[in-house]
Amino acid sequence: MSKKLYTGGEIILKALGDQGVDVIFGYPGGVTLPLYDKIYQQNKVRHILVGHEQGGVHAAEGYARSTGKPGVVLATSGPGATNTVTGLVDALMDSIPLVCLTGQVVSNLIGNDAFQEADTTGITRAATKHNYLVHSTDDLARLIHEAFYVATHGRPGPVLIDIPKDVILGTGLYLMPEDVQPRNYNPKIRGDREKIEDAIQLLAAAKKPIIYVGGGVINSGQKACQLATQLVRMTGYPCTTTLMALGAFPASDPQFVGMPGMHGTYEANMAMHQCDVMFNIGARFDDRVTGKVGSFSPGSKKIHVDIDPSSLNKTIVADIGIIGDAGSVLEDMIRLWDEKQPTINTAAIKSWWNEIEKWRGVRCLSYDQGEKIIKPQFALENLRKLIQGSDFYVTTDVGQHQMWAAQFLHFDKPNRWMTSGGLGTMGYGVPAALGVQVAHPESTVVCVTSEGSLMMNIQEMDTIAKYQLPVKIFNLNNKVLGMIRQWQELFYDNHESECDLSGGPDFIGLAEAFGFKAIQVTDPDEVCSGIEKMLTTKGPVFLNIEVDRNENVFPMIPAGAPHNEIVLGPNQNLKTVDDKSNVMA
Amino acid sequence: MNNDITPNEVCEHTFSVLVDNEAGVLHRVVGLFSGRGYNIDSLTVSEVDSVEGYSKITIVTSGTLSVIEQIRAQLERLVPVQKVSDLTRDGRSVQRELALVKVQGEGDDRINSMQLADKFQAQVVDSTPESFVFEIVGSSDTLDRFIGEMRHIGLVDVSRTGIVAIARGADEM
Repeated sequence: MSKKLYTGGEIILKALGDQGVDVIFGYPGGVTLPLYDKIYQQNKVRHILVGHEQGGVHAAEGYARSTGKPGVVLATSGPGATNTVTGLVDALMDSIPLVCLTGQVVSNLIGNDAFQEADTTGITRAATKHNYLVHSTDDLARLIHEAFYVATHGRPGPVLIDIPKDVILGTGLYLMPEDVQPRNYNPKIRGDREKIEDAIQLLAAAKKPIIYVGGGVINSGQKACQLATQLVRMTGYPCTTTLMALGAFPASDPQFVGMPGMHGTYEANMAMHQCDVMFNIGARFDDRVTGKVGSFSPGSKKIHVDIDPSSLNKTIVADIGIIGDAGSVLEDMIRLWDEKQPTINTAAIKSWWNEIEKWRGVRCLSYDQGEKIIKPQFALENLRKLIQGSDFYVTTDVGQHQMWAAQFLHFDKPNRWMTSGGLGTMGYGVPAALGVQVAHPESTVVCVTSEGSLMMNIQEMDTIAKYQLPVKIFNLNNKVLGMIRQWQELFYDNHESECDLSGGPDFIGLAEAFGFKAIQVTDPDEVCSGIEKMLTTKGPVFLNIEVDRNENVFPMIPAGAPHNEIVLGPNQNLKTVDDKSNVMA
Repeated sequence: MNNDITPNEVCEHTFSVLVDNEAGVLHRVVGLFSGRGYNIDSLTVSEVDSVEGYSKITIVTSGTLSVIEQIRAQLERLVPVQKVSDLTRDGRSVQRELALVKVQGEGDDRINSMQLADKFQAQVVDSTPESFVFEIVGSSDTLDRFIGEMRHIGLVDVSRTGIVAIARGADEM
């Protein structure tokens, strides 16, 4: 440990550098000025100036999810800090590792209602995995290193460090990451061997198994995804991946049955409903997956692997609950499986597959393109065809386009699909794409969005253009808040209350004003060429596709209904859900 | 899961939570309860180890078995939480509460209140010609009974600490 004294600003940058941070997303303000002065005098950590702090957090999320490394945000006190809150909760819900640094008013003014003062640690206590208020420059290095440790260990999440201006200006000692003893926070990584053996026995004896892979497998890392794929292939069992886990198992593999849940495939939902053994690894039985909890997969034994003990038995009681890291448990499982060589009931599995193939034969994602109006599914199917095989990343916003993107774009690799799953944050897509493109400057990054969500963080188009990031914005413009309209049509007597966006701006003119190349597509015959042009044009491109306003996302399991009450299309009447209060949940 | 209690039966549980004594830790614990809709029937907190910097929070809560399991898992998830023990479930425990009870009265009321205090082993910690303050330590139930009886005599004010609890036997937490 060197005895040299550094200023708080220098310590922050040194600590970030030693944590391997190459880029931060931020916005300056009064109390962070001394830190920005240090940022100015170095070039190790790159600063991306975003348009709004919420955009900064989503950009850091995009960076984190596409690289597997923690994302870093820097905001000023007061409004800067409060603007981060939506992004922090988004990261908390989707278990994304982030470190958010906020400036705070000088220590002796805290509590005085000073200019741009807010109780940031108080406000963000429920929005973060953990947060800190730094009292002394000497504590700064330790707390930053600890924040990175907490953000990335156990179930990942956002950690906030609130730093008063005097702590940034003051001097203190620097500590290297290896000199910091992380506090007594030691999440269990390795699953209990006995339980893993029980799980193997149950899984091997299954006649109608399903492997249900969640975002925890992606969070565990690429190796965990390889191991999950290995397990699925060595057992020959069907595999479904949640919205958060698309790409953890290759979508092109015939053993993939699609996504489960409200807008999941018929085959995935029927397999979940009818299975006799469910192996859930790294998913949390979200209500959008389970539907009506009491009728969820009624005949199955459930194995649940999660690094977070509070996920076990939270909504669905597990017959075998294994606490541990997905990758570690899979590794042990595969090793023990190889040792034991349990016999799989191949005849039963074959007839299970026959059943699944029948469900698959329903072709639940089919749609009718027609001649005049572009169907959003058609546009996305063409996008898939044209990016398949290339090095691409996709971000989305929230709503109908998000569900269609999840259904129609296929991911064979993890960390390629960034969407706001838990919180469902409109305005996520554009800044997330910015963060992904900063991390992967040479790759194709497409943001699938629609005009409602787009407007919520549209200022980040300026950031994208300013840094000349070649992000492709794929705007499925239906001139309406589509998911709201869909629910109003299906559950509220078609009362289109406050969902019309037809008076919106001229998006082509707007995109060009931001410095994007803009392409307009209105005819089904132009879809393919429009997408090709978007992909081949250098720099930021905005593709505006005018799509059918009245299209609905199917299949659909109404909220509060069991999986076998899935609605396949517009021609099938919705079954009335018994409990009306459950409908708009 | 424990099978001798039906899954939907609501039971009272006492948790002992050892936490880092740092700013905001109580807010974190209380916020967890209010944010997730759990009950707090009683809460006490104080530093118990100034060298290591630990505080202990004793929380009495109630819920179904699955809710109680969730509460434990959610508490353990908080970064400054070092240990969680469900004293109701993990074994036998001693639970105590202290109350300061102010009673107003003259003549027979004074004599009656003194006799009652004797019966409950309560101490006089303040007295004036027309009032007493009694200190009583015991189970919450005993305190309830003592305060209930004083109500007939001339109860004017009560302060209670809430429950503190510790596991019986030789083992550390």
